Amino acid sequence: MTQLRTAAIETPTGAHAGNGVPGSGAAPASQPRTWNDLKEPRRAVIPEGLWLRCPSCQGMIYRKQLETNLHCCPDCQHHFRIGARQRIDQLTDPGTFEPLFEGLSPADPLGFVDLKTYAERVRAEQGKSGSLDACKAGVGFIKGRQAVLTVLDLEFMMGSMGSVVGEIVTRSIEAAAQRRLPLILVSGSGGARMQEAGLSLMQMAKTSAALARLDRAGGLFISVLTDPTTGGVTASFAMLGDVILAEPRALIGFAGPRVIQQTIRQSLPEGFQRSEYLLEAGMVDRVVPRAQLRNEVARLIDYAGM
Amino acid sequence: MASLYTLEFEKPVLALERQIDDLQAQLARPTPSLPAPAAPQEAQPLAEAPALERRLADLCAQHAALLAETYARLSPWETVRVARHPKRPQTRDYIDRVCTDFAELHGDRRFGDDPAMVTGFARVGGHKVMVVGHQKGRTTQEKVACHFGCAHPEGYRKALAKMKLAEKYRVPVVTFVDTPGAYPGIGAEQRGQAEAIAVNLREMSALRTPVLSVIIGEGGSGGALGIAVADRVAMLQHAWYSVISPEGCAAILWKHSNEQTNNAAAQALRLTAQDNLRLGIVDEVLPEPLGGAHRDPTAAAAAIQRWILATLPALKAADPEALLAARYDRFRAMGRYIENPPVPVPVA
Ligand SMILES: [Zn+2]
Repeated sequence: MTQLRTAAIETPTGAHAGNGVPGSGAAPASQPRTWNDLKEPRRAVIPEGLWLRCPSCQGMIYRKQLETNLHCCPDCQHHFRIGARQRIDQLTDPGTFEPLFEGLSPADPLGFVDLKTYAERVRAEQGKSGSLDACKAGVGFIKGRQAVLTVLDLEFMMGSMGSVVGEIVTRSIEAAAQRRLPLILVSGSGGARMQEAGLSLMQMAKTSAALARLDRAGGLFISVLTDPTTGGVTASFAMLGDVILAEPRALIGFAGPRVIQQTIRQSLPEGFQRSEYLLEAGMVDRVVPRAQLRNEVARLIDYAGM
Repeated sequence: MASLYTLEFEKPVLALERQIDDLQAQLARPTPSLPAPAAPQEAQPLAEAPALERRLADLCAQHAALLAETYARLSPWETVRVARHPKRPQTRDYIDRVCTDFAELHGDRRFGDDPAMVTGFARVGGHKVMVVGHQKGRTTQEKVACHFGCAHPEGYRKALAKMKLAEKYRVPVVTFVDTPGAYPGIGAEQRGQAEAIAVNLREMSALRTPVLSVIIGEGGSGGALGIAVADRVAMLQHAWYSVISPEGCAAILWKHSNEQTNNAAAQALRLTAQDNLRLGIVDEVLPEPLGGAHRDPTAAAAAIQRWILATLPALKAADPEALLAARYDRFRAMGRYIENPPVPVPVA
């Protein structure tokens, strides 16, 4: 049942502010450069506080130590979910990342209304995250190898794919083909964004069609799957990597565990839909701990890059 | 089972139909099925029953009018209910009526033969085609075997294998989409449901033969799109097509699914044929017979056949490179966003 709990929540519960340990989250300072830097990023993925509790081993972790350990628990190596900015910082050589395709913001073509309007949700998410939508892309160096790096951002509407995410992913694929650079795409997403309904669905076809062209052009696409990668993102570009890497214990699947359980009315096997399970099923190439991701990506580029 | 599927909004129509049946029984004309709404005058006059005759004609006229009125103002949620009607024609029904000389081909050559995906060569008019379609099943046994139209990875791989076969001989592909969604289960995940669909999306986008898709009933998410990356996509008038079912959407965004939230979700998702046409997701809406395809499968099939025959020749004549470029552009253009909004965006 652990997969249900971790799939359903965005913030590890009980870890907030480290049980009475006082302190405010020290946000890293960055010089305002782009629209995205104008706002202080929200800490939706990792709660604020100097101390926090590991949801896996329940140990208390000092934040600085967590950060130097790439947001993995120093004791049990539980991989905390991280936002796109942190991912980019972790993967690229310092100062080499040049953002691309900024300034794309969601429209509301359906005039979608649930308990709130989509327009309200988008404004609130933009305010809290400091990002226009759930994807960041650019060109940077990974251990000296130049690549297009595109990262879905769990800090914005659970990394869900609407028109903006689909467009940035597609432009990234096209840029990789044009510049003859490897494409590294890090997924972490709840799937297609319901509030853009049919248009979200079409992003699956759009991104996959672009990958067909990259494939025929001989480009290299390394797909990195992180916790969680589900739904329409998995069923399109995320599973189309020439090489597919997964972070340990990440939930990866088409249908969510809850939907599956409701359909088949039996309990799910231990570790179901986790990276290691997918490795055994033959669905991913390697399970790679975050600390080794840079090395692995660089090594694969050396083997398979153009 | 039947009572489960009684459409609430059709109850007045069905009440009239029962009255018509009773009257016809009184007139001692055994009619196994309902009369066509507009043809009551063909009744043979019986000497003792001119009053009953008039009453019957009157009821039939009322029935036709009520049916037209009901179907003219279906809500999106009611449309979903029509799209799921147990008597609604399925892929095999359309193969029987739209195509001739169907040569069914089975199996994905890897794992098995998914009955939820029907594939094979057939002819539409003078055109050879490869038919690919979801099958929900008609009998209980068939429904269980087909998982109610929810295909497994082997179904999507079977579809792709047959499409590749068609590509080899430049035989156009015609797909019939009718699924609540790809099957969510342990085996499906283990065997790579996501990968199977993703590969279909990629490969269909580059298939070097014309591809036509018709959404005939339910167009549920990736499971539908997995056989619908086409040069032209048509949608039957009362079909639905979206990223998630109204129930699934209601359960997530409204926290629970009931009649009221399903209604709201169906509305919000813009899943009707007209909405999909307006959003540029489908190219054409095919009219259904009065009261839905389930009342006259042959008429629904005729509309589909007309569309295929009207659409296919130009695609077959097109240069293969131009065809692929146009298909790419069709999907490349999908989506709406704002480029470079004013900085900074107001904080909520
Ligand atoms: Zn730990």
